[in-house]
Amino acid sequence: MIPELGQFALTLALLTAAVQGVLPIWGAARNNALWMRSATSTAILQLVLIAIAFGALMRSFVVSDFTVVNVVENSNSMKPMLFKVAGTWGSHEGSLLLWTLILALFGAAVAVLGRNIPTGLKARTLSVQAWVSIGFLSFMLFTSNPFNRVFPAPLDGNDLNPLLQDVGLAMHPPLLYIGYVGFSIVFSFAVAALIEGRVDPAWARWVRPWTLAAWVALTGGIALGSWWAYYELGWGGWWFWDPVENVSFMPWLLGTALLHSAIVTEKRGAFKSWTILLAILTFSLSLLGTFIVRSGLLTSVHAFAVDPERGIYILGLLVVSIGGSLTLYAARVHKLEPGGLFAPVSREGGLLMNNLLLTLATATVLFGTLYPLFLEGLTGDKISVGPPFFNASFIPIMLPLVLIMGIGPFLSWKRADLAGVISRLKWVILIAWIAALVVWYIQTKGPALAVLSMAIAVWLLVATLREWSSRIRLGQVALTDSLDRLRRVPRAAHGMTLAHAGLAVCMFGFVGSSAWKSEEVLFVQAGTQVQIAGFDVTFEGVKQIQGPNYIASVGTLNVMRNGRLVTVLYPERRSYPVAQSQTTEAAIRSTPAGDLYASITEPVNQDVKGKWTLRILYEPLVGFVWFGSLMLVLGGLLSLSDRRLRVGAPKRKARSQIIPVAAE
Amino acid sequence: MKKFLPLLPLCAAIGIGIAGWWGLNPDRDPGAIPSVLINKPVPEFELASITGTGIPNLKTQDLLENQEPILVNFFASWCLPCRAEHAVLARMVREEDLNLVGINYKDKPATVAKWLAELGNPYRRIGSDQTGRAGIEWGISGVPETFIVGPGGKVIFRYVGPISSDVAIGKIREALAAARMDKP
Repeated sequence: MIPELGQFALTLALLTAAVQGVLPIWGAARNNALWMRSATSTAILQLVLIAIAFGALMRSFVVSDFTVVNVVENSNSMKPMLFKVAGTWGSHEGSLLLWTLILALFGAAVAVLGRNIPTGLKARTLSVQAWVSIGFLSFMLFTSNPFNRVFPAPLDGNDLNPLLQDVGLAMHPPLLYIGYVGFSIVFSFAVAALIEGRVDPAWARWVRPWTLAAWVALTGGIALGSWWAYYELGWGGWWFWDPVENVSFMPWLLGTALLHSAIVTEKRGAFKSWTILLAILTFSLSLLGTFIVRSGLLTSVHAFAVDPERGIYILGLLVVSIGGSLTLYAARVHKLEPGGLFAPVSREGGLLMNNLLLTLATATVLFGTLYPLFLEGLTGDKISVGPPFFNASFIPIMLPLVLIMGIGPFLSWKRADLAGVISRLKWVILIAWIAALVVWYIQTKGPALAVLSMAIAVWLLVATLREWSSRIRLGQVALTDSLDRLRRVPRAAHGMTLAHAGLAVCMFGFVGSSAWKSEEVLFVQAGTQVQIAGFDVTFEGVKQIQGPNYIASVGTLNVMRNGRLVTVLYPERRSYPVAQSQTTEAAIRSTPAGDLYASITEPVNQDVKGKWTLRILYEPLVGFVWFGSLMLVLGGLLSLSDRRLRVGAPKRKARSQIIPVAAE
Repeated sequence: MKKFLPLLPLCAAIGIGIAGWWGLNPDRDPGAIPSVLINKPVPEFELASITGTGIPNLKTQDLLENQEPILVNFFASWCLPCRAEHAVLARMVREEDLNLVGINYKDKPATVAKWLAELGNPYRRIGSDQTGRAGIEWGISGVPETFIVGPGGKVIFRYVGPISSDVAIGKIREALAAARMDKP
């Protein structure tokens, strides 16, 4: 009964979306205020209906209702409760439901929170958002219904893929989707603005908080996903340039560009065409990602169960949404008034470089991701594009960007004095050079590019701190004065400092863990010793442990340094009998200087009985990747809290009511 | 120029869309890896026979002087899908006069002799590849794996996985028919 209720709610949601897709935008064209305002109610209704459907599916997972196909295929009665709940979005159908839920959530959020947006723009935006909803709701109902039943019901389910039974990964899809789908509302704003033919600073101000919220969630989602890959897959890396990783990274790159481009549109009324295009392309790449992951177009460790029919349907959606919006862009972009003029060396100039380089970087990643497909289509050759291509093409684009990032915040709008800025930064330049020498002295092996990258990261960090300290005049005025300024500087400025510094911190991790990594892979049996990065590691053997829905082989590794015991590592190999698969639980000793990382697997060769394959790595500075990502997220949130204050304001003071005094 | 610039993203999107549409072709398997051996002569190898079975051994020479296509099947007694495939191969040999030879991959002669005694032997020749060296020469990714060697010792077709589904049997028949047409 409950699953049918969910299905019914989903069908009603599609009808509601159809009303929302037509009535408000028609009302905007005819200037009918009632029709325009209907968008608020339909957007909220749509959210409620999809939430009911989502709740129904989640209930089926929680009570292990094995009459529902989706539950049978992705759950098991023995599974811990957290993963039963997370199983709701573990499958193709369930994750699609989460997709539409977040889509409706953003629509309803704009309907409720965007009180100061002009009625016409709001009505058009919500209508466009409803078009996207219609596409995905119909996709779900016609090709991937999560509520399909099975009779007779099996006694137990097939269990969720054990790799996905992990806390980090349980949270990864919701965050990633908030990011992906969050850009939908920015897309809707952009299409609505193109239909209206007007983009002004006010438009950019309404769009920015949504962009920022989506960007923060996407940053968190990508970081969680890469953290999961790091300790769960047991390969000892955090980024593999896998197609599915790339498709989440491309919206992030363009979203970052969009975030900065919208600032120029808001503050100076320029870059209108850039901002609109970036808004369309960012969401288009999110859609493209959905298409690639769910159609089986490219091979990847991630992909969902593949069905060409679904692929055709999503491709149709893509043609309508991306093709339609880009055609609209090409037709209407001339109508946008050009913004303020600026000199090449200026804040605008810096942000233009930012737009160009990030777009170029995205194009590079897109090309590398789709190249195997193009090549196979044209010549029939099958190749895969791996890290060497991306390292050789992506890094040279990003390094200049990071150089500019150090200077950018010092430049003033319209026209800036580059020589003056550089003279203010002479100490920073010196520190960066010294850092390069120090790194070179400590680490003579490894590529020269690594030393250069480290110096550039130091440059960014110190330049960012320099900008922040000059903003609060640290050291120039009394400390109490500085603290006072600290409080008065807008939070968005602190957010920028934190995020830019976060990227520098991330870079320490990127460079350290990829350039100076040491790795040993060997067969071990009890008593085998191995030396790595100054540690003496002894393999003590393996014992069996029974978990809730798995059996684990736990290895014991004694780690010594200079004859003293440092730590004991317990890497696990888990075997899930129901799902018939194994997972690796790496054991990691983390310090700021680096991670010692160990994982074990059974040898592939049957002849070496009683031996295990031990993979042991030392990854210098890798912890900085996660710490820096956290700074990026916090920086974004800090900036968002400021935006909300300003966007929420100015609240009209409630009219002081004159209390009638009874005449006596 | 400036007028056409806004059309650039649309053109790029159309290009990607066409590639995506082509990529959805249901016959296309992005995971399939073509063998580098296709249209090349069979690799050099010489394997001993399996002791105690009396089945003749297999070497490169045996695959060169043939008029009919030969099926070269990599199998092992420890591989369960091979057991499923064995029944299909045995039937095909019985009913279609198939020229089937085997390479026994990383297996103990005693176990495989028992395996063949239990299931029957459809192979004309079997080479015992205990070290896996021949497997490397042929570039297999695992067992079972099957190659079709055409007249004159040219490798024509490779199939990864057990020949047990109707689709797989169909592909093998198709390749055999093509190989018979391709007389030197």
